[in-house]
Amino acid sequence: MTDTTDSSLDTTSVVPVTTDAGGGLEAPLQAPAKGEKARSLGTDVWDELRHRPMFWISAALIAFFVLMAAFPQLFTSTDPHLADLSKAREAPSADAWFGRDNQGYDVYARTIYGARASILVGIFATLFVALLGSFVGVIAGYRAGWMDSLFSRIAEIFLGIPLLLGGILFLYVFPNDPLTTPFLVQVGKVALVMGIFGWPTIMRLMRGSVLQVKPNDYVQAARALGASPTRIIGSHILPNSLASVIVVSAINLGAYISVEATLSFLGIGLQPPAISWGIQISEASGIGMIRAAPHMLFFPSLFLSLTVLSFIMMGDVVRDALDPRLR
Amino acid sequence: MTLSAGSGGGAPNVELLDSRGVWRSVEGLLLEVDQLQVEFRTRDGVAKAINGVSFELHEGETLAILGESGSGKSVTAQAIMGILDSPPAFITGGEVRYCGQDILKLSDEDRRRVRGPEISMVFQDALSALNPVFPVGWQIAEMFRKHRGMNKSDSQAQAIRLMQRVQIPGAAQRVKAYPHQFSGGMRQRIMIAMAIALDPAVLIADEPTTALDVTVQAQIMQLLADLQEERKMGLILITHDLGVVADVADRIAVMYAGRIMEQADAFELYAQPGHPYTKGLLDSIPRLDQKGETLAAIGGLPPNLMHIPPGCPFNPRCHYAQDICRVDPPPPLREVAPQRLAACHFSELLLAHSPELEVTQTTEDVEAHLELGLEYPVAQEDLDRGQVIERGDELR
Amino acid sequence: MGKYIIRRLLQMIPVIIGVTFIIYVAVFALGDPTVGRCGERSCPEGYIAKFRADYNLDKPLIVQYLLYMGNLVQGDLGTNFFGNRVIDELAERWPVTLKLGLMALVIESVIGITAGVLAGIRRGKFIDSLVTVSTLLLISIPIFVIGSFSQLIFGVRLGWFPVTATQGTFYQLIMPAFVLASVSVAYIARLMRTNLSENLRADYVRTAKAKGLTNARTVGVHTLRNSLIAVVTFIGIDIGFLMGGAIVTERIFNINGIGNFLYRSINQKDGTSVVGTIVCLVLIYLVVNLLVDILYGFLDPRISHD
Repeated sequence: MTDTTDSSLDTTSVVPVTTDAGGGLEAPLQAPAKGEKARSLGTDVWDELRHRPMFWISAALIAFFVLMAAFPQLFTSTDPHLADLSKAREAPSADAWFGRDNQGYDVYARTIYGARASILVGIFATLFVALLGSFVGVIAGYRAGWMDSLFSRIAEIFLGIPLLLGGILFLYVFPNDPLTTPFLVQVGKVALVMGIFGWPTIMRLMRGSVLQVKPNDYVQAARALGASPTRIIGSHILPNSLASVIVVSAINLGAYISVEATLSFLGIGLQPPAISWGIQISEASGIGMIRAAPHMLFFPSLFLSLTVLSFIMMGDVVRDALDPRLR
Repeated sequence: MTLSAGSGGGAPNVELLDSRGVWRSVEGLLLEVDQLQVEFRTRDGVAKAINGVSFELHEGETLAILGESGSGKSVTAQAIMGILDSPPAFITGGEVRYCGQDILKLSDEDRRRVRGPEISMVFQDALSALNPVFPVGWQIAEMFRKHRGMNKSDSQAQAIRLMQRVQIPGAAQRVKAYPHQFSGGMRQRIMIAMAIALDPAVLIADEPTTALDVTVQAQIMQLLADLQEERKMGLILITHDLGVVADVADRIAVMYAGRIMEQADAFELYAQPGHPYTKGLLDSIPRLDQKGETLAAIGGLPPNLMHIPPGCPFNPRCHYAQDICRVDPPPPLREVAPQRLAACHFSELLLAHSPELEVTQTTEDVEAHLELGLEYPVAQEDLDRGQVIERGDELR
Repeated sequence: MGKYIIRRLLQMIPVIIGVTFIIYVAVFALGDPTVGRCGERSCPEGYIAKFRADYNLDKPLIVQYLLYMGNLVQGDLGTNFFGNRVIDELAERWPVTLKLGLMALVIESVIGITAGVLAGIRRGKFIDSLVTVSTLLLISIPIFVIGSFSQLIFGVRLGWFPVTATQGTFYQLIMPAFVLASVSVAYIARLMRTNLSENLRADYVRTAKAKGLTNARTVGVHTLRNSLIAVVTFIGIDIGFLMGGAIVTERIFNINGIGNFLYRSINQKDGTSVVGTIVCLVLIYLVVNLLVDILYGFLDPRISHD
């Protein structure tokens, strides 16, 4: 009489079973399905993501641009601040891969160094928005009552000002001085401005999440057992909300990079001598310039678009992976 | 149940099937489901939701399909209606004969014409089953407008009459109201009104009262019974609630893992179950005189439909399972007593309370398997992962 | 329904007050309102003193704000240092911007909704992938990139459309309108697609099928109505995108509208014009959102019929 108690998870064979004389315990009547083990949401999501090519493409792109931002020296040895006026508007050549711009700067070098501004602004703005928005959202949702009304009204007010307009306004009133403001401060300001007008979206998301989770029985149970609000929020509410916040933040990151470039394009974001793709595109897009030196426009545009694309793609892919209905 | 435009509303129609036009019942036999097989093809595997289900429905008869979540009862109903999402669902075998004709073989267009006028369905949660942005009268009237070509005012008049028939107070005023403005019981009545609008011959009610209070449940069941009597409809009642079924059903079919385990007259089934699963269900109803004892639940959980155990699907949990039960072929649904069908090798012994029937594993034994972490494929987990798509079977 | 409208109106009031207050405080209290009014240098003492007197900057903040609001309500957005009233400048330029904006709205609605519906009902098929990829690209490429390249390719190289739209004629505005609509088309298409495919799984769709309704009716009548609600709500936010986009588009195509005015005012450091324009735009944005909310109440009876 065979009697296997081996519950090896990888077998799919059916194990015929018998009882021993005393009617005692038998082995499982069939082995569990292949590969079945305890699955958390994290493992599930990772499994989903692993199989999607879009995930790997966007991850590679993001890694590429982050690397570019952190270590531009890896990509070019040319000094982006070195201008050779005699070679202004030169088309791409062996000497300058992307050609030169209106002032004789090497477009390739400037494009590489321009990544830093975009990535930094994107990251700072997204972090700021995520942290502030989540914090306020959780409080508003959890405490409800007058605090909720107050914060919701405040959020509505900030939502009433479109992001770009608000950015223009604030950066006009507190401008980045071209020569004196250090790079990081400029970046910080732009990021801050986007954070000020961007936090309500995350706040609403978080608040909605909290309101959805709070009435659930397991939360009530935790409260009845005397769990502190921090613990309840930390263990029960945040994990449920984290997913959507991550998805929205990823997509927002792309959007913020785009907005920073737009602000720089309009001349109000980062200021020279800081290098930003927006500034490059701005300089490249007068009518005469477009006709004469389209390479000035093309390469920064390409890099900017790819960067934004990679973050938005990532957000998309994660959202699809998290959506149980699409599996 | 004539096809004339004037009679869609309240008055019972005595002149029945002879004037039905195309569809005519065959000696009172309306619906025959014959060895129906349905599977769901998902990325992680194929779930066999229905594995050879057969039953009949006659005029004026109420057949209750009883089963737990994941047993396949809703899928059966949807397969009959032809509203399964394909993919991922595929009907891989069997026939569904309505008035003698296999409707599975009809074209999509013809099939559509059967839904609503001939066979119609009432769903469990009326709030989500009704379109929230259109007035209820409009939704009921849609049946007349689209299937009978009536104009707006006539169809609305019919809608009002139907609402009155299902006892919605102030129907004339409330015909323009929206679903969310009604209580649960009222909404269910509206769904019923919509379903009987064109005098269908068969009404399938998928857990019509599960979302309702007990008192309202009784009213709705009574309404269904009245309507059925009036119109000589065949009623298929799908439920997991033994109590609801007792009063209303003529015959009961017990489903498990996509198969019918037992089919019998309601009264006889309750008096003496012919299948261990049915017995387990009946035994699990708490009784006052059992006070202080452990509740006699059926141990274990329904099987993963992707890995249905060989032999009888119930064997892992069955108190009387023996070797023959654990190997293919699974016991066929056969007549074990006059007018009683059961799919068990030992039905006769069970029916006769024979001492030859031995208990081979108790509930504790079954539960112990689970305790030891000897993985027992579980339907619930897969429902969680969205792999078995059974609408209407909520995660309970 | 009436109650709903009144409620929304009342809710709008604190928001308007809040928004204008923040703008006012940022510009006049926290920032230096004289920045740029005297060219590149900071202003002489006398000028500052007069400025402060003119603008009531020495009074308590609340009083300042109320006086400012008082002016605002009368349509006085201030006078820039060219001596022109901001409100006049805006009035002169709003027809072109309005034309541009409406054209963009029509383009994005028609194309966006159609693409979204097609992708939503044929989820997973070719058209779905096509829409997904193209919307992704459109969202990622910033509007000024799309604008500059359109100008280069369709204007300079191919010559299909005029390179600039200085006169603001319909033909000249076609390319700018498409550029302006580009990002929003993508958002609408994606929204419609997700929404529609979600709604197609809804219970009431199953009921509609069970009622024996045709597929066309199930999608076209029952589901579309529900999905349109989401799109309509989006249009409200979209006005904000369009405003921002208009600034860029008008600059690129040299359109003599409000966006370009704002851009030039920024460059010229004309603070009054900048602030005045932004206040005006923000107020319009709020009003449009209010109208969208009310429209939403008409479309979704769960909101308005309590």
